[in-house]
Amino acid sequence: MEHKVSLKTLSVEGIKYRTLFTKKFENRKTWEEPDDRKIQSYIPGTIIKVYVQAGQQVKAGEDLIILEAMKMKNHISIPFDAIIKSINVIEGQSIAKDYCLLELE
Amino acid sequence: MSLKRKILELKKKREQVLLGGGEKAIEKQVAMGKMTARDRVLAILDKDSFHEWDLFVEHDARDFDMDKKVLHGDGVIIGTGTVYGAPICVYAQDFTVAGGSLGYMHARKITKIMDHAMKLRVPIIGINDSGGARIQEGVNSLAGYGEIFFRNTQASGVIPQISVILGPCAGGAVYSPALTDFVFMVDNISKMFITGPEVIKTVLGEDISMEDLGGARVHSEITGNAHFFATSEKECFEQIKKLITFIPWNNGRKALPFPPKKPKSKFKIDSIVPGDAKQPYDIRDVVRAVVDDSDFFEIQEYWAANIVIGFGRLNGETVGFICNQPMVLAGVLDVDSSDKAARFIRYCDSFSIPIVTLVDLPGYLPGVDQEHAGVIRHGAKMLYAYSEATVPKITLIIRKAYGGGYIAMGSRHLRADFVYAWPGAEIAVMGPDGAANIIFKKEISEAEDPEKMRKLKVKEYKEKFANPYVAAAKGYIDTVIEPNETRNVLLHAIEVSKDKTVYTPNKKHGIPPF
Repeated sequence: MEHKVSLKTLSVEGIKYRTLFTKKFENRKTWEEPDDRKIQSYIPGTIIKVYVQAGQQVKAGEDLIILEAMKMKNHISIPFDAIIKSINVIEGQSIAKDYCLLELE
Repeated sequence: MSLKRKILELKKKREQVLLGGGEKAIEKQVAMGKMTARDRVLAILDKDSFHEWDLFVEHDARDFDMDKKVLHGDGVIIGTGTVYGAPICVYAQDFTVAGGSLGYMHARKITKIMDHAMKLRVPIIGINDSGGARIQEGVNSLAGYGEIFFRNTQASGVIPQISVILGPCAGGAVYSPALTDFVFMVDNISKMFITGPEVIKTVLGEDISMEDLGGARVHSEITGNAHFFATSEKECFEQIKKLITFIPWNNGRKALPFPPKKPKSKFKIDSIVPGDAKQPYDIRDVVRAVVDDSDFFEIQEYWAANIVIGFGRLNGETVGFICNQPMVLAGVLDVDSSDKAARFIRYCDSFSIPIVTLVDLPGYLPGVDQEHAGVIRHGAKMLYAYSEATVPKITLIIRKAYGGGYIAMGSRHLRADFVYAWPGAEIAVMGPDGAANIIFKKEISEAEDPEKMRKLKVKEYKEKFANPYVAAAKGYIDTVIEPNETRNVLLHAIEVSKDKTVYTPNKKHGIPPF
């Protein structure tokens, strides 16, 4: 059998099968529990404006950042009161999807 | 003017138009490693069979100095011909004429040949090589695309529609291929995407090449948009011609039968499948051991390879195969493999091609990514497609058929007409290990040596349930056969079900879990 070298083990309902993996399966994302203390970008784009600073107390509904993507200025606002722990972006920065923009205390 | 001179004039006009965008543009096309649109059409069709229409069509756009431009044939070649004698309608976008851009008359030519294909009830082949909409013609271009998509949808399931991507096919243009039955792509030549690398770069800041974004490899392996991958245009044309031999010309006919041939003797059916259900093998070898001349024509070979689909012949008649592939991901069902199988089942059903299902799967692929990607919705497509199909459905359980996977893979309960099993088949609600752990949970945990007890109970369960006879006792499978009997049994099933008739409830159409 020519594939023997690259055979891997896939466990389905407790049974371990010898088989090949697809590229897609190997590159699948492992799930992480969402952390609402970390504000992530939901789309790649450019940071146009940062309204807040680290250590600042913000109120529900306040704008934190403007993220421009698809020619739209997206206002990233906060749905609850919080204190900003750190800001990971600067104005003009291009960011990928799921990039951690800022963290809350 | 004498008739002779008029004929000369026609010849001259023809010569001009046959050059498309002119010699320079042709040189450029060849330098890109591409054939010209005309050469492509001639290469696919039988020798001297091509009859061209609308050679002298010209656009009537006026804006942006378009009135001063002559675009021969408006950038697309249409006509009729034959492939191995089968009648075919064809169109080919000519990149040498204004980049094959789609204007109003260009689209009119395409829709004209599509309408003819529908009227004549013959397959249509569309060769895509176009920079996209002709911007100068504005909304007329968009209207053109819309008219093509509508016809693609109307023709779906009536005549075979084949799309060949031999150059760029970007933006809205991609939806015509996406609506057709089979998409062919060639490495380094074909490119298909909604938004190109430039837009992605400016809007999102992501840097990617055309090839990595929507090349033949991407669509053959990752997206599943392409059904056939070739390394050259020549190989691609051979694939198209071979496909044509397997499918009927329209939904009122059967595929032309071939002279029956025995499978090649090197595929020995009783020595392919390992007895241990945990060990892999290539299911395609089983198919090759069964079909005429061991000739299995696989579709979507590289995408969702955990299920195998394709055409073969049994006693000369075309049959569609759907098989779990234990060699890849243990042959599990998942989002992509369900989509792949469901669509193929519907293709076979539309064109009266009997379906043979070979089953050997451990169940569905576990994982958060699968659940969140909607494996419920996608998996349901398969149940829907099998249940809905009224062509002869023959199912053979080779080894494992566990849980929901057993039901999904063309089971009796979804109205398979013939269900066979090999003696090593295990038809059960789950694998022996998992089942024993649940049923004998108490005994195992209370035992002095739980591991020993567990093994004992697994063995007990295996002996009792991991066989085909429990299902056979209920009539869920019709009979248990020796591997050596497989071909004969399949031939018989196909033979006796030629006039199969099924009465389905009257409805406009169902609502499949798209």
